[in-house]
This record gives sequence, structure tokens and C-alpha cells, in this order.
Amino acid sequence: MNITDNKTTQMTGLEYYRLFIKKMVILLVIFSLVPLLLINTVLRHYFLSSYSDKVMEHMTELIQKHKQNIDNFLQERLNNIRVLASSNSMEQLTNEDFLKKNLDILQKEYDNAFVDLGIVDINGIQIAYAGKYKLVSANYKDSTWFNQALKSKYYISDVFLGLRGQPHFIVAVKKQWNNKDYIIRATIDFNTFNSMVEKIRIGATGFAFIVNKTGQLQTRNMYNLQTINGTSVLDFLNKIDLQKEDVHAVQNLQYRGKEFIFFIVSLKEGQWRLIFQQEQGDAFSELYKARQMGIIILLCGSIGVILIYYLMSRKMIRFIELSEQQREKMNEQLIESGKLASIGELAAGIAHEINNPVAIMVEEAGWIQDLLKEEDFKDSENVQEFSRSLLQIKLQGMRCKDITFKLLSFARKTDPRAVKTQINDLIEEIVKLSKQRAKYSHIEIKTEFEQDLPELMASPSELQQVFLNLFNNAIDAIGTANDEGMVSIVTKRTGDTVLISFSDNGQGIPKSNIARIFDPFFTTKPIGKGTGIGLSICHGIIKKLGGDITVSSEVGIGTTFELTIPLFLEKDTETPLFKEL
Amino acid sequence: MSTSRLSEQITILIVDDETAITELMAARFLTRNFNVFKANNGNDALDVLNKNNMIDVVILDVKMPGLDGLETLKLIKEQHPLVEVIMLTGFPTVKDAIDSMKLGAYDYLKKVVDFEQLLTMIKLASDKKLKHDKKIIEAKNL
Repeated sequence: MNITDNKTTQMTGLEYYRLFIKKMVILLVIFSLVPLLLINTVLRHYFLSSYSDKVMEHMTELIQKHKQNIDNFLQERLNNIRVLASSNSMEQLTNEDFLKKNLDILQKEYDNAFVDLGIVDINGIQIAYAGKYKLVSANYKDSTWFNQALKSKYYISDVFLGLRGQPHFIVAVKKQWNNKDYIIRATIDFNTFNSMVEKIRIGATGFAFIVNKTGQLQTRNMYNLQTINGTSVLDFLNKIDLQKEDVHAVQNLQYRGKEFIFFIVSLKEGQWRLIFQQEQGDAFSELYKARQMGIIILLCGSIGVILIYYLMSRKMIRFIELSEQQREKMNEQLIESGKLASIGELAAGIAHEINNPVAIMVEEAGWIQDLLKEEDFKDSENVQEFSRSLLQIKLQGMRCKDITFKLLSFARKTDPRAVKTQINDLIEEIVKLSKQRAKYSHIEIKTEFEQDLPELMASPSELQQVFLNLFNNAIDAIGTANDEGMVSIVTKRTGDTVLISFSDNGQGIPKSNIARIFDPFFTTKPIGKGTGIGLSICHGIIKKLGGDITVSSEVGIGTTFELTIPLFLEKDTETPLFKEL
Repeated sequence: MSTSRLSEQITILIVDDETAITELMAARFLTRNFNVFKANNGNDALDVLNKNNMIDVVILDVKMPGLDGLETLKLIKEQHPLVEVIMLTGFPTVKDAIDSMKLGAYDYLKKVVDFEQLLTMIKLASDKKLKHDKKIIEAKNL
């Protein structure tokens, strides 16, 4: 594989993290959703089955109740006729006025459920009749109901059209009179019976109807029942084997593009069947609503979980990206500072090594100068030129010294660790250190320290650097011209900050330079005397401590540098540097 | 321990691992009527001090092989507390300067030093020593 391939196939750190986070998110999603789905599925299953059982139970109860009502209705109508037959003699019953009177009573009492009453002899001839039709002497000899009625003591017929051409059914009681069988019959109004069945409505699509043993409808059916797999629905339902009192349920029966549920129960001692049908969606509508709600909640929950993980992963990737960027930046800075450090170390080495030879050169020049003062050379022709030249060597040697010291101070490592530092002690040390130099330059040092000044969290070596820089600048500013030079150092606490001021009565800084005084490499000192990094470093150190450094100066009067450094009391455990991070 | 000085002639000890520097400086100080001793390391310097009790001021280099300047300073101040020591270095640091002052150095100067400044410092240091010496003599006479 060549280098280009390597570049394309090699995964960068960021890509690796992205892939890692993606995998992590997928795993988290799986591990979050799988239990959620499992719990949902299990709960859903138990809820659906129990709720479904409840619905079925409830409907079964309802159907049972309706079956009871219908059976009661038929039995009561039969009982009405039985009472009529048993409590009255045939002479009375064959009396049409008597019959009519009883019909009126029955119609009044049972809400026109009875259409007519009639007495039929063994030959099928209706010998007495009360009702709205003219059916006296009607011959029922060939009628199914008549023949069936003769076979048992009581009989309720199927619905049929009969002689009147209207759907109705017969309730008949057999009674003997003079050793002859007579049938006392009553016609039950189809509409009354039918409306009773039609009233069995559950939901929007649930209704009931009755069929007889051969599958013929005994009441009106609202739907035109069709066929399922080539078999008529009625036939299919009729073929179902029924226990006497049990309600049989058929679920999930599909026809006409819908699922239906059927409840079948026997009526009239197995002669009829009450069939209740309802669209399954309607029967279980509440259940389906709950199921849909469960699915919606599950979906919303899943989407929520995925969304949260997605957003979280994006945030993490963003965070890692930022970290990576910062890391790269820091790496670059590290490399840069490493380079600088190497250069600095090199410079320091060179500076140190150069100092001694330069010192020797300068000393040699001084020695020659000393020698020139001897008598033998005093009158020499070129003595003045020698002196000038030697002075130049000394001056240039001193210039070399200044340059090498600047290099050394640039390369010098300071310990940036923040520790509890007493400012007064630190300044005291600097003053002590520079006392001789000040004395040599006829400069008086005045200090005014606030006693019990709290300690600061700062790097002592960095602060030393700052104070020494400011102190040296003050001494340089006064120079040797001023015989009454004075440097004043004041420390005091103002609220939550410590104020340190370095004032001198030196030459002052022109206004035009004040704005640039903290700029790196800005200097007003002669070439070779200043590098312009001292105040810039001071500014950086004080800013890092969360403080500030300001300057006020007047040409000819003097300059004051004021440092304000915030105090970080015991409760603040972090240095400002950490806070920034 | 050095004894007190009564004459005006100042005796100095120049300690530097660079022989050229010790030689040159010695020559220059000699022309200025100084009494001069030389040493090229810390141990030699201590030997010279032990053998000559008239030394007023030591000009001591900081970076030297063997005993460095600070260690030598410490030993000098332990054995000859009245002798004044001026540190002279080509590799100055604030820490070294402060440590030197704490150990009792009279001053801390940077190479290349202005000879006139050095002379002034030596005179100031020897005056200080002279005052001490006088006080000791007075104390002895009491």
C-alpha cells in the first residue's frame, strides 16, 4: 500500500471518536428500546387478552340476557294462551264474542303483541276466530304449524306468511273437548317481536336476528348476509354445534372486507338461534383505541429516546471536536513553545559562554587603558586614538553584555505554579537585591507596606519577575542625571484586591508612548539597552492573575505603575488561571 | 577567622574559574594599590582565606566547577563572617541573587562589570568591614 492509500484508509482520531460514539449510541438505543419493547409487548399482550376477555364476557352476558328476554316473551305469550285454554271451557272459547273480548284484553295488556285468536278443530278448520282478518272457517289442514301443533301440547311456530300474506308466527295450545283435539291458537305480531330483537343494539354495528333450524330468518336482518368461502353465512353459523344454554362466540370472521364477531345462542329450546353480529373493530373499539394509544406512546417514547441519544451524540461529537481542536492548538503551542524553549536554551548557553570572553575583552581593554596612563605612553603620538578605541571596545563589550542578559532573561524558566505568596516579603527581597544598585545610582528607595496584607495565590517567581522589571525600569528612568532620585513602592488592600504601586521621579513617559507601553517589543531605550519585552511580560503575568496593570506618567515629573491583583480568599480554591479553564 | 584591618590598603581575593579574568583583574587592582589574592575554585578560595586573615573583600564567581559560588559563599560566611563577598556572574538569576543576599553577600553583580562600579562596590564593602573591625577592636580594648 502506498502513502496515499495509507492516508485515505487511516482513521483520524476524530473519525474514530465519531464511529465510537455512533456505535455507543446504537448500543444505547438497542439496550434502551429492547426492554421498552419487551415490556410493552408483554403488557400489551396481557392487557389485550384480559380486556378482550372482559369484552367477550360482557357481550356474552348481554346476549344471555337478551336470549332470556326473548325466551320469556315467547313463553309468556304461550302461557297467556295456556291460561286462556285451561281456564275457559270450549263452549266459551268457541264463542266469538268471548274470544274477541279476551283478544282485546290480551292486546291491551301486551301492547298489541297478539294479532288474533282462533280455535281450530282436528280437521284444520278454524271454528272460531277473533281478529282483524276474516279467517273464520279457514282451513289449516295442510299447514305445517297445524300439523306440528297437533303433535304436542304446546307449540310455537316459525315465522311464515300464511293465508294473510304477512309475516307472523303462531302460539298454539292443544286442548281436548268431547274426546276431540282442538287447537287454541294466537297469532303474534311480527313487528312487535321483530322490534324486540332489533332493539338489541350494541355499539354502532352490533345487532341481532333470529334464524330457525333450517337457517331461515325469523326476524329482519339489517345486513344482507352473504357467503364465506362459498357457504352462506347463515348456513355456516347454523352448522355450529350449540350447547343448550351456552353462548357461542365466533371471532375474526372475515367477509365483505371486514372482520366480524358473532354470538350464537339457542332460543325456543333449540328451535331457533339468536345470532348477534358486530364488526370486530366496533366491538373492541375501546381496546383498539388503547392499543393505538400504546403504540403511539411507544413510538413517541422510542423517537424521544433516539432523539435524545442523537442530540447527545451530536453534543458529544461537538465536545470532542472542540477538545480535539484545543488539543491540536495546544500541541501546536507546545511545539512552538518547545521550539522557543530550545531557542531560548541555545541562546542562554551562547549568552553564558559569550559573557566570559566579553568580560575578558573588556578587562583587557581596561588593562590597556590602565597601562596607557603609565608615564611611558603618556606622550605617545596615538595615545588619544588608543584611548578612544579602548573606550569603544569597553562600550561595545558592555553592549554585548546587555544583549546577552536580555537573551538570558528571555530564556529563563520561571515556575508558574501558584502558591500562597506574601507580596510584602517578595518586594522586600527585590528591594534588598537592588539596594546596592540604587545606592550606586544615588537613588533612595521608599517602601510603604500595609501590614497584615493577605497572601495571594500566585507564582512567586513570576511576581518577582514583574517587580524586578518595574523596579529596574524605575531606576533606569531616573538614570544618573537626577541626584535626588527616588523610587517609592506602596502596597495596600482595597476591598478584594491588593494594590501595588511603583513610582519614580524619573524622566517620565511621553503621552504618545503610553498607549503602546505594554506592546511586545516596544521600547524607548537606546539600541542594545532594551528589548521591549519586559513590560509586555509583566502585563501578561498580571492579566493571568486576573489583575490589571496601569501606568500614569508626566514627562519631567515621574511615572507610576499601579498593579491590582484580586485576592482569592479561602473559599476560592481555584486560581484565576484554573477558573479560565 | 580574619582579624581586623587597620591599614587603608584593601586586600581582595578574586575567585573565578577563568584564569584570564583573575589575572587581568588582579593586575588592574594591583595598579590601584590593592592587595590581591587569586583563586580558581571554591576550595582554593577557602584555602587562601584560611591562610590569609587580612582579606577584606572576596569577588566570587557564581558558576564554577566543584564548589559553586553559592556553596563557597556559604562556607566563607560560616568560617569568615566578617569578610564581605561580592558575587560576580555571567549567568544571573533572580533566585541566585536573592539566595546570595540571604546568605550574606554584599552585592550581586553581572559580568561584564563596569570596573569603576566594581571599585566603588569594593570600597563600600571594605568600609563596611572596616567599621565592623573597628567595633571589634573597641570591644577588645574595653
